[in-house]
Amino acid sequence: MTDAAPALAPPASRRLTPAFLVGAALVGLHVAVGLLTLVWTPYDPAAMTGGRLAPPSLLHWAGTDRLGRDLFTEIMIGARIALAVGSGAVAIAAAIGVTVGLLAAFASRAVDDVLAATLDILIAFPTLLLAMLIVAAGDGANLGTAILAIGIAASAIVARLTRILARRVLAMDYITAARVSGTSWLGIVRIHVLPNIWPTLIVNFALQFGLAVIAEASLSYLGLGAPPPNASWGRLLQEAQATVYTAPFGAIAPGIALVSLVIGLNLFADGLRDVADPTRRRR
Amino acid sequence: MGDLLTIDDLSIRHAGRPLVSGVSLSVTAGERLGLIGESGSGKSLTALAAIGLLPEGMTASGSVRLAGREVIGAADRDVVGLRGTAVATIFQEPLTALDPLMRIGDQIAEVARRRARRDGRSLSRAGVAAEVTALMARVALPDPARLSRAYPHEMSGGQRQRAAIAMALACRPRLLIADEPTTALDVTTQAEVLKLLETLVREENMGLLFISHDLPVVGAAVDRVVVLRAGEMVEEGTVAEVFGRPRHPYTIGLVEAARAFDRAIGAAL
Repeated sequence: MTDAAPALAPPASRRLTPAFLVGAALVGLHVAVGLLTLVWTPYDPAAMTGGRLAPPSLLHWAGTDRLGRDLFTEIMIGARIALAVGSGAVAIAAAIGVTVGLLAAFASRAVDDVLAATLDILIAFPTLLLAMLIVAAGDGANLGTAILAIGIAASAIVARLTRILARRVLAMDYITAARVSGTSWLGIVRIHVLPNIWPTLIVNFALQFGLAVIAEASLSYLGLGAPPPNASWGRLLQEAQATVYTAPFGAIAPGIALVSLVIGLNLFADGLRDVADPTRRRR
Repeated sequence: MGDLLTIDDLSIRHAGRPLVSGVSLSVTAGERLGLIGESGSGKSLTALAAIGLLPEGMTASGSVRLAGREVIGAADRDVVGLRGTAVATIFQEPLTALDPLMRIGDQIAEVARRRARRDGRSLSRAGVAAEVTALMARVALPDPARLSRAYPHEMSGGQRQRAAIAMALACRPRLLIADEPTTALDVTTQAEVLKLLETLVREENMGLLFISHDLPVVGAAVDRVVVLRAGEMVEEGTVAEVFGRPRHPYTIGLVEAARAFDRAIGAAL
């Protein structure tokens, strides 16, 4: 009470901006819907439950497709697929990207130069093109290949970001201090480097998640994503394309679902940094 | 009792250009040696070479013996064992010397735990906490229970430097290398930190290698000084000898400048 030390600020009031809350709510809604489809959907997604291309009604909130299946049910399942692809691809991108990035940051200059140049070439490749090549090289289009392809394509950006962030941390005195006090390389990574680059990485992961959702929709749109029984938003959009003048609702509903998830993820990512980084919690 | 640190004819080169040449010095237990020189004179490089942490691309030749073991040319694996037991370092800017995302108590605990592992002692969680509190009290950090939960950005500059000293002490080093430890602090805090360093070195019987460009600070902190200029030793001796009767023109200039500053201050007062 009486010492001259600067008073510690009152307990952290984390700065939750409205944008972050809106983002979290949108993402949360999609997650809830995706989980719900595991146990319940309004209709059997494969069953023909109404007239073909019926417009939205109380029975079919988003209308029906050209085979008379309930579009709202398919969009709900699409949320599950989008989230599965997003989290799978981000997990792969994180595992490969963070490992390669850290190796490059710690490597000698020659090895680092080679890795950095390789990453630059990979990044110069359009993500979608790279993913298409990987899908083509694999054994046909399925959900697993799509996840793997998008994850590998995104890992180059994560690796380059990790490398730059880790380099900056490694230049700090506390790293020298840790080395002087005998900390091993792995200890430095675990104790100092990862916690310090984490706030920036996690934001990038959230953004990559959004990009992966779009990439999956694009691959499915091109017929390279999950094959037909799976209701991917990209496939729904592609099927709606033929009837876009007679039944525009078929494109609008999956479009809204896709855009709302990606916007939600981007808003969520913006606010995430303030939550993840303790030095930014109070201002 | 042998020397803690013996540097013999140390030269450091970068891309063929000599940065430090022919530096020799030694520190024994309980001895406080000052390394003086202007920016770029090679003071900090000499200290980095002493612990085998020269930046990539620089090569050292000559001999550096840390606790009786040769550092130059040794594999990093062999030197890691020496770091943190034979020697610990305090840096100029405590804000960058502390991990911004780790609570102070955790940072000190990390070092204490590692040191205990190396000694083959097993330390319980309560034991670590007790040691952290003791170390924080040792460097006169107020209210350890509260400050150990603080992040570096929540502390004052003096408190940060005290925390950095506590981390160095947690290594229980026999030699402390202090690289401009007071330069980033205001004058009153400087005096407190210097006094703390002096007390610790005396009571723990550590050796101290004190690097600074600030003559009055060095004069207060050490017994002997080595003066570096453009990577070469220009003078060496006790504080009284070197500051009282400087021989080299560069040292004379330095001492004159400090005197002129004192006189100006005196006149103003």
